[in-house]
Amino acid sequence: MKLHLRVWRQSSAEDRGRFEDYELDDVSPDSSFLEMLDLLNEQLLEQRKMPVAFDHDCREGICGMCGLMIDGTAHGPVPGHTVCQLHMRHFKDGDRIVIEPWRVAAFPVVQDLVVDRGSFDRILQRGGFISFATGTAPEANSILIPKDRVDTAMDAATCIGCGACAAACPNGSATLFTAAKIGHLGHLPQGQPERYQRVMGMVGQMDAEGFGGCTNVGACTSVCPKEIGQDFISQMNRDYRRAVLGRTGD
Amino acid sequence: MSEHGHLWQNGPELDGQIPPGAIENKWDDLRFSMKLVAPANRRHYHVIVVGSGLAGASVATALGEQGYRVSCFCFQDSPRRAHSVAAQGGINAAKNYRNDGDSIRRLFYDTVKGGDYRSRESNTYRLAQISTEIIDQCVAQGVPFAREYGGYLDNRSFGGVQVSRTFYARGQTGQQLLLGAYQSLTRQIAAGQVEMHVRSEMLDLIVVDGIARGIVVRNLLTGEIRAVLGDAVVLATGGYSNVFFLSTNAKGCNVTAIWRAYRKGAVFANPCYTQIHPTCIPPSGSHQSKLTLMSESLRNDGRIWVPRHPGDTRSPNAVPEPDRYYFLEEKYPSFGNLVPRDVASRNAKQVVDEGMGVGPQQNGVYLDFSEAMERLGRGTIEQRYGNLFDMYHSITGEDPYAVPMRIYPAVHYTMGGLWVDYQLQSNVPGLFVLGEANFSDHGANRLGASALMQGLADGYFIAPYTIGNYLAGIDQTAVTADAPEVTGAIADVRNRLSALLGIQGRRTALSLHRELGQIMWEQCGMARTAESLSTAQAQLQGLRESFWNELYVPGDAGSLNQNLEFAGRVADLIELGELLVLDALHREESCGGHFREESQTADGEAKRNDEEFSYVAGWAWQGEGAAPMLRREPLAFEAVRLSERSYS
Amino acid sequence: MWRSSIGKKIIMAGTGLIWIGYLLVHMYGNLKAFAGEEAFNHYAESLRTLGEPMVGHGHALMIARIVLTLSLVAHVWAAMVLTRAAQQARPTGYARFRQASGNYATITMRWGGLALGLFILYHLAHLTWNVPVLTGEYEPGNTFDKLVVGFTNPVNVVLYLLALVAVGLHLWHGSASFFQTMGWRTAANRQQIRFLTGVLAVAIPVGFAVVPLAVAAGFVA
Ligand SMILES: Cc1cc2nc3c(=O)[nH]c(=O)nc-3n(C[C@H](O)[C@H](O)[C@H](O)COP(=O)(O)OP(=O)(O)OC[C@H]3O[C@@H](n4cnc5c(N)ncnc54)[C@H](O)[C@@H]3O)c2cc1C
Ligand code: SF4
Ligand code: FES
Repeated sequence: MKLHLRVWRQSSAEDRGRFEDYELDDVSPDSSFLEMLDLLNEQLLEQRKMPVAFDHDCREGICGMCGLMIDGTAHGPVPGHTVCQLHMRHFKDGDRIVIEPWRVAAFPVVQDLVVDRGSFDRILQRGGFISFATGTAPEANSILIPKDRVDTAMDAATCIGCGACAAACPNGSATLFTAAKIGHLGHLPQGQPERYQRVMGMVGQMDAEGFGGCTNVGACTSVCPKEIGQDFISQMNRDYRRAVLGRTGD
Repeated sequence: MSEHGHLWQNGPELDGQIPPGAIENKWDDLRFSMKLVAPANRRHYHVIVVGSGLAGASVATALGEQGYRVSCFCFQDSPRRAHSVAAQGGINAAKNYRNDGDSIRRLFYDTVKGGDYRSRESNTYRLAQISTEIIDQCVAQGVPFAREYGGYLDNRSFGGVQVSRTFYARGQTGQQLLLGAYQSLTRQIAAGQVEMHVRSEMLDLIVVDGIARGIVVRNLLTGEIRAVLGDAVVLATGGYSNVFFLSTNAKGCNVTAIWRAYRKGAVFANPCYTQIHPTCIPPSGSHQSKLTLMSESLRNDGRIWVPRHPGDTRSPNAVPEPDRYYFLEEKYPSFGNLVPRDVASRNAKQVVDEGMGVGPQQNGVYLDFSEAMERLGRGTIEQRYGNLFDMYHSITGEDPYAVPMRIYPAVHYTMGGLWVDYQLQSNVPGLFVLGEANFSDHGANRLGASALMQGLADGYFIAPYTIGNYLAGIDQTAVTADAPEVTGAIADVRNRLSALLGIQGRRTALSLHRELGQIMWEQCGMARTAESLSTAQAQLQGLRESFWNELYVPGDAGSLNQNLEFAGRVADLIELGELLVLDALHREESCGGHFREESQTADGEAKRNDEEFSYVAGWAWQGEGAAPMLRREPLAFEAVRLSERSYS
Repeated sequence: MWRSSIGKKIIMAGTGLIWIGYLLVHMYGNLKAFAGEEAFNHYAESLRTLGEPMVGHGHALMIARIVLTLSLVAHVWAAMVLTRAAQQARPTGYARFRQASGNYATITMRWGGLALGLFILYHLAHLTWNVPVLTGEYEPGNTFDKLVVGFTNPVNVVLYLLALVAVGLHLWHGSASFFQTMGWRTAANRQQIRFLTGVLAVAIPVGFAVVPLAVAAGFVA
């Protein structure tokens, strides 16, 4: 199939950037979106131009490295998928596709479609872990966890840290990402001792990084490749409220 | 001596420094005899860790907790994205929670046998011993392993063993383990014990007076090249399956870190041991950039077949029963579709090579669930494999409930890597190698769900002790930034980048990488012969020349230049490919993932040659253009008896 | 607490709740119009005598007004700060953007809020400050008459009804947000909350709308 691409090009963080239009022929409907970009880059190299920079690694939806705004939707039109899992059969011959980087102040553009998501790592540094020293753990089955609790924790833990939630949020909020980690650890007995400290620290950092606040729009869940639900946000809000009001005795 | 003996020179044997004593006590005894660094002194030592996968993240964390100063590097934008994140199936541990007869000794035995008796017994035993502690550690970190209704941890059986010892978190075990390790690492980063450097690529090892003292790294965003000096260097940089271009590995996986170390004197062991996974989705065309693995568990209920007559292009559902060739069931009546990975893979290749391949590219075999769906009902199949079926559907656009899946083998894991002794130290003092990057405990073939175990065992429970022992024994003279070894290494890196940029030819790194993969897969893939390997040697030499004459890399080295990074990795993969082929050529036996057609039993099974090849093949760089030196580490089996694998 | 984004949302939720409570009381009072002139005027007067003799004449009403005003100010302040944060969180917009979720109520939350603010001014001008152009000619001191005369003016009716649509939308998203922000929404009560917020969003505007409609249609005179 033939495609008309409009791709954001920006040589560096300082560059103002602009869209460029490219035509691409002979795209196989069986190729993935990133393979389509590979093809574009091979074409650009042939014309001795700089290829389009974009982040990717696993190409199977688990590392969270990829992430593009495709025609105004984070990760493209198929729900529950990352860009790397998106196949060109979901587009039509002759389509025009606009490709942009995540646009969030806390994810500054590095080059073309590559952004810096270090803010996510810094949020987790404020408590997204359980404190104990290697080798001091008790026997694994001495901590019993009901199956439904661990399943809920796992629902949250599947977050791949891709940033689509913040990218799609009209407020540029990282609430779903933050809530997912808080929800993962908060549902487990191991996570209880630091539960309220964690929520205070992480929410504080989330705000400090310059993400917007949540207005319960739900766009994050709609684009989240792991379809992480809004309930975790509610849970985080509750923990936060309890933490600030000192009502932490469950 | 082999007829290809002129291709290398023989060198002195390698000594694995295996502690004396009974196999059960070796590790305990050694730990007791190790020197310790006083807690207050630890902050005077700086350890460099390259890699943030399970192995790297865990060792950086453990060392940080102990009080050492650690600098950790990865090329992704966050340590959480290391390739370990992609592991699906699970992690083994000899907990015997199922009371089904598992034990440390059985896990040890299974690993040695699975590795086709080409691993170092003592290491493998230690791995099995440590396995149980890993699960405790991960649960404490908050890894949400699957549980039963009673709240206890669930286990499943994995990879053709007779006990259920695999712990898992849905189909995302690697992700959850890595997040656990990453969380602990994050805590050390927040505490200031570990300094994390993301988007940084190690491009050389700094060796001073024969001792590893640092690395040269390039900041991938700014292009800045600098030396990082320390008291020990740990490489935990993963595997090199991408030498085959198409593999199940992440696109970024590469060999550069260990290859550069090899060129600085570290011995590279068993490069030819590569694992091929039978149940991957076949390539759909020339655009294909990687392959996706589907859990092996599919073989429990799916039946594998191809049309009996080559060139039969009927749709699978139109092929009547007598015209279907269930080749595994016919050839291996007792194991059927559940034969080991390598046997299943080789047989699939054989039928495809004979023209019976299916699908638009005729490059797959069917994995058919229609019989199972009839027997168990669609609901059961959905319950068991629903997410895998969805994944298949999303990738291929075909509904596997309606038409059989198509599968084909793909390269998945590399057992080879830098040689290390019992303490995971390479032959270069001060250089430790962990995880998939070392030549590992898996011999010639790895059991399913054992790589994650090994990465974490190395990182949490072995290296933190052995590195401490090493540090306690060194006399710490500072290396200065103006030492000739340091400035020389930096200059080498710069020159190499300029060389890559300066060729200004007409071929892209991607096209060269594809060609490399094609050569490796066709000549040195699932089945290898002296002839195919010699062909590969010639082709690889040609490819290397093309690379350095025809490559085109745009831009400069002063900022983010993904093409430049990629080209550098491809250059190293090509060189590694040559060594891999040489190793495969020299090993005139079949074992595990290495199948030499010349060495097979009457019914086509891999035939080991213990007389001549019961050793680890360690290769030492001898300079550009010179034949490498072969240094053997003989393997002795005391705790298990050598026996032949048989599945017929 | 008020420094964090969630803290501000809690403020919005709490103040929003106060206003919901107020609306319910207000609506109840309005419906008294159907009970006739006397009952209605009696009710209007009782608002001033409320709490007597414990509090002085008109004091309870005054306190209510102060609480409501402060709530409104806090609500608007938090909304403005959050809106600004949202704008700063995305200084460069997308060339193409598709709102991935959220119904009309969610999307119009901010503009709807602003519109409601303007309406409150208008509404106060009409019925509390008694600006003559809006009130028209009515019998001084007779609240019922003021109401009837006011809503005989179609401009007032239309504006009032439009505002009620805005109230409904604002309530719909706002009350759902209330539960989410307070962390009381769970997977288990999701349906009930949906129902409750839906009922609120419909019942309150309808409850308010019947009086002016009845006046305009001549049922209440
Ligand atoms: C699809 C798939 C499924 C798998 N499933 C299982 C399973 O179910 N069970 C199991 O046990 N095993 C499984 N494996 C194998 C297992 O995942 C890996 O062997 C293991 O995770 C490797 O871990 P590692 O820490 O050694 O390396 P990796 O996780 O690969 O990490 C390598 C790290 O090194 C860094 N790095 C590399 N080179 C450089 C450089 N030059 N400079 C700086 N940094 C560098 C990278 O950034 C990364 O952080 C699977 C593998 C694949 C491909
Ligand atoms: S919550 Fe979902 S969208 Fe947000 S970072 Fe995690 S996986 Fe990505
Ligand atoms: S490349 Fe890993 S999630 Fe897309």
